[in-house]
Amino acid sequence: MKARITVTLKNGVLDPQGKAIEHALSGLGFDGVGQVRQGKVFDIELTGTDKAKAEADLKAMCDKLLANTVIENYAVEIA
Amino acid sequence: MKSAVVLLPGLNRDRDMIAALTKISGQAPATVWQTDTEIPDVDLIAIPGGFSFGDYLRCGAIAARMPVMRAVAEKAAKGVPVIGVCNGFQILVEAGLLPGALMRNASLKFVCRQVKLEIANANTMFTRHYKPGQIIRSPVAHHDGNYFADAETLARLEGEGQVVFRYAEGTNPNGSINDIAGIVNDKGNVLGLMPHPENLIEAAHGGNDGRALFESALGLAA
Repeated sequence: MKARITVTLKNGVLDPQGKAIEHALSGLGFDGVGQVRQGKVFDIELTGTDKAKAEADLKAMCDKLLANTVIENYAVEIA
Repeated sequence: MKSAVVLLPGLNRDRDMIAALTKISGQAPATVWQTDTEIPDVDLIAIPGGFSFGDYLRCGAIAARMPVMRAVAEKAAKGVPVIGVCNGFQILVEAGLLPGALMRNASLKFVCRQVKLEIANANTMFTRHYKPGQIIRSPVAHHDGNYFADAETLARLEGEGQVVFRYAEGTNPNGSINDIAGIVNDKGNVLGLMPHPENLIEAAHGGNDGRALFESALGLAA
């Protein structure tokens, strides 16, 4: 089973890296770029076949390590 | 007075911390490795600065999940003073021993310079040898020192006097909220700060502004 976890900054948390990317994009001549927010993607392979258990495990992984829930949200997708 | 220093791969200020504690307390601190599950009985535990685990995932994130940090948490729960400097602060925050988070500097630049700190609370075990509102100097060297906490946490920190050090006189190097440079937990025995007081403890450093912090924490006379 393959899973993808996407970690993004919560709304209201300042993202200086996203801001720098936003400026770099407009510097490259890409007009019409609004706000840019940077995040992280984790592709995780799982050996089990129980989708419900996998989802619970992946959420626990996010809460315990992959995301800092003070400043970040996460989303879990199982392929 | 006995102390212990936590060692993790990628830290690089451990020698400075060991040297400072040796000079100030008169004896070399014990060292505990990341896989150690017990910490000896000491009067102060210090987590030094550096780049534990290469800052992978988030600064301090991997270190905070190492066995030694469970031992630090147990000692902290028993009231043993714990101080985390720079990466040590990031590790304490990631371990949940201090609230909030430390994010990339607002400038996106690594900052290495001297700043001024205001003693925002002189009534803690770490600052009792300073005067309230006193301005001291301290070096900083970090890329992720931009302290953030949600509005509710921030109000609690400010209301309970848990903000201990604040960047003073326009010297905030990282954009931290409310110019926060260092905080304590609600019990007051766990301190995290981005500046490096261990690098300003004797004349050879160009000053000893940081010395009183360790003397306070170790219960030594000023």
